Amino acid sequence: MLLALWAGKTVIGVNRRLGYGGTSLPGAIGRRIAPKLLAHLAGQIPQGSTVITGTNGKTTTAKMLAAIIAAAGLTQVHNHTGANLVQGITTTFIGVAGPLGKVDRDIGVLEVDEATVPQLVSEVGPRNIVVTNFFPDQLDRFGELGKTIALIEKACHRLPPQAVAILNADDPQVAFLGPQFPGRVVYYGVETKAYGTPDTRQTAAGTRLCRICGHPLNYTWFYYGQLGHYTCKHCGFHRPTPQVQVTAVEMKGDAGLAFTVATPAGTWPLSLATPGFYNIYNALAAITTAVRLQLPARAVREGLAGYRTSFGRMERLTLGPDKKAFLALIKNPTGCNEVIRTLVQNPGPKRLLILINDNAADGRDISWLWDADFEALALIAPPLKTIVTTGLRGLDMALRLAYGGLPPAGITYQPDLTRAVTEAINQIQPGETLFILPTYTALLAVKAVLTKQGYSANYWEE
Amino acid sequence: MRTLHLVHLYPDLLTLDGDRGNIITLCRRCAWRGITLTVTTASLGETVDFTAADLVFIGGSADREQPLVYADLEKTKGPALAAAVEERLPVLAVGAGYQLLGRCYRFPDRKELPGLGVFAAWTEPGEKRLTGNVVATAPMLGEKSSLVGFENHQGRTFLAEPSKTRPLAQVITGHGNNGRDGTEGAIYRNAIGTYLQGPLLPKNPALADWLLARALKRRYQDGSLAPLPDKWETLAHQSVVKRFG
Repeated sequence: MLLALWAGKTVIGVNRRLGYGGTSLPGAIGRRIAPKLLAHLAGQIPQGSTVITGTNGKTTTAKMLAAIIAAAGLTQVHNHTGANLVQGITTTFIGVAGPLGKVDRDIGVLEVDEATVPQLVSEVGPRNIVVTNFFPDQLDRFGELGKTIALIEKACHRLPPQAVAILNADDPQVAFLGPQFPGRVVYYGVETKAYGTPDTRQTAAGTRLCRICGHPLNYTWFYYGQLGHYTCKHCGFHRPTPQVQVTAVEMKGDAGLAFTVATPAGTWPLSLATPGFYNIYNALAAITTAVRLQLPARAVREGLAGYRTSFGRMERLTLGPDKKAFLALIKNPTGCNEVIRTLVQNPGPKRLLILINDNAADGRDISWLWDADFEALALIAPPLKTIVTTGLRGLDMALRLAYGGLPPAGITYQPDLTRAVTEAINQIQPGETLFILPTYTALLAVKAVLTKQGYSANYWEE
Repeated sequence: MRTLHLVHLYPDLLTLDGDRGNIITLCRRCAWRGITLTVTTASLGETVDFTAADLVFIGGSADREQPLVYADLEKTKGPALAAAVEERLPVLAVGAGYQLLGRCYRFPDRKELPGLGVFAAWTEPGEKRLTGNVVATAPMLGEKSSLVGFENHQGRTFLAEPSKTRPLAQVITGHGNNGRDGTEGAIYRNAIGTYLQGPLLPKNPALADWLLARALKRRYQDGSLAPLPDKWETLAHQSVVKRFG
């Protein structure tokens, strides 16, 4: 066991020295030598681990929870680089373990890829599992979303008996897990109708169907995607009443969000420095977990107020005097629509750079580009000065924009991704905002260019 | 001004990544030519007057929605749709929609879900999902014409009577109908079935225009279409052929 730990630590050290942020190799080597390494290390944490999974918002929710835990004065193990497969998580534990294999931390906060949940649950035996949402995402990775949900459902039955499930009441695909869950369930959701619509024209692949009987769900309110207030008139399945709920929201543009949360431990006015309504759900998941962990209200308030966006999630960058940029990962229509919505609400002149790759980590199928509401960009065409597309599927993106009603003359395709980023940065004028929208592997490439030009830190140091 | 009417069947049940791209493409390509394309939808329990329709679109889905749709199609829309196909109504059916228009879906226990029988074809589930990029030759669109797309399906579809239902295309890259015989999709009169899911028409403008021309010919006896620049369409199509073909 110690040999495995030391081998892993050595690889981490070598990687750092060579300037790689490599996050899976040390864990892979450690596990090769001692397959039970992760179970051994994770088993030492006195307050146990919380697993955070779902298609969108894992990274942000985990970071918000980590900020709250830190504000409460507790120590933690957190896979903050976003390496969310079993090797990467093992690497995280190897990194924090002492030379004799002791893990001297209070709590574990683990963001976990959906497909990795079953294995991780058996090895780590988490005390809490948080499920954020199931948006159609990179369908070709798992075949179908339904299989992913079934995978999580099965994993729930392998949890220790005292484990608690923290579920998004507003996503029928997630809330469906509640009634079958063997242990205690805590739901969170949004009650206020200060945001959202009574109807929606965005369609999602079968996510508005009852998972129990297959009939269409009846909605009285939509927030976004399939999130909202719903019932199934056919079998009676309905949105559970959330124990932790948002009762008021105020969107403050670039400045972020203010909102009120009612919890069994009290009602708290809170604020976030990050824009995007979807961050309300991320915060709610983190707050609900904090309540379950009995962390004080002060820690929740300070943790969230001090929270800064995760790596590439509507991350704000300053490129020079009066030159701003936002870096926002896009990977599925629901998330992308929220990014577009935030972009459209931003007043003033802006430029747009969209980077679409179809590597394995992005999802090979880029069909979802046609489900995202790029038509909304046509409404703000004048303050949108230029649109550049790039990446392996940059031409598909240009085509999508042309069919989205944007003036064809305003669209440019640059085949060289690095050049596209460099040119976009050089082009921006004082008073303008550059929005950079990459898929996952394109985000890594953007980050590399930015780092080279001295704009942000290497991501594993954040 | 010429007007066409498109009926989108089961948009709430049969909808998979990017299907919407096909509707957007037909709308824009009509608008750019001064043709008005109206779109209405019809789902469970709703009847459709197919004599008023010029185009029909049926999308793909995950497996669980299908029994509901099979039952509804049989009850409320099927016979009228089949009759309209005989009258050369252009139809684009993708994935589950394609299977639905075949003769039947055969389960491993030999139970059968009867389809509409527009295509002389049957479907059975396969072991592995067939996914990935597809490049195929499509002589029906002209010499050296190709179709590009992305497939992701468990079902294996077999064409039963080549004299009645021809394949839409022959795969160069990808699996196509069943991963065995090299065929992709089906065509009967003006009805097209395909496993090229999601946004098929944006990158295959020739196929979009094939459908529109037939719809116009049927309604106005004149299927002529003003040519479009198709700059991004051609570049995006060619990039897929170059990368995967």
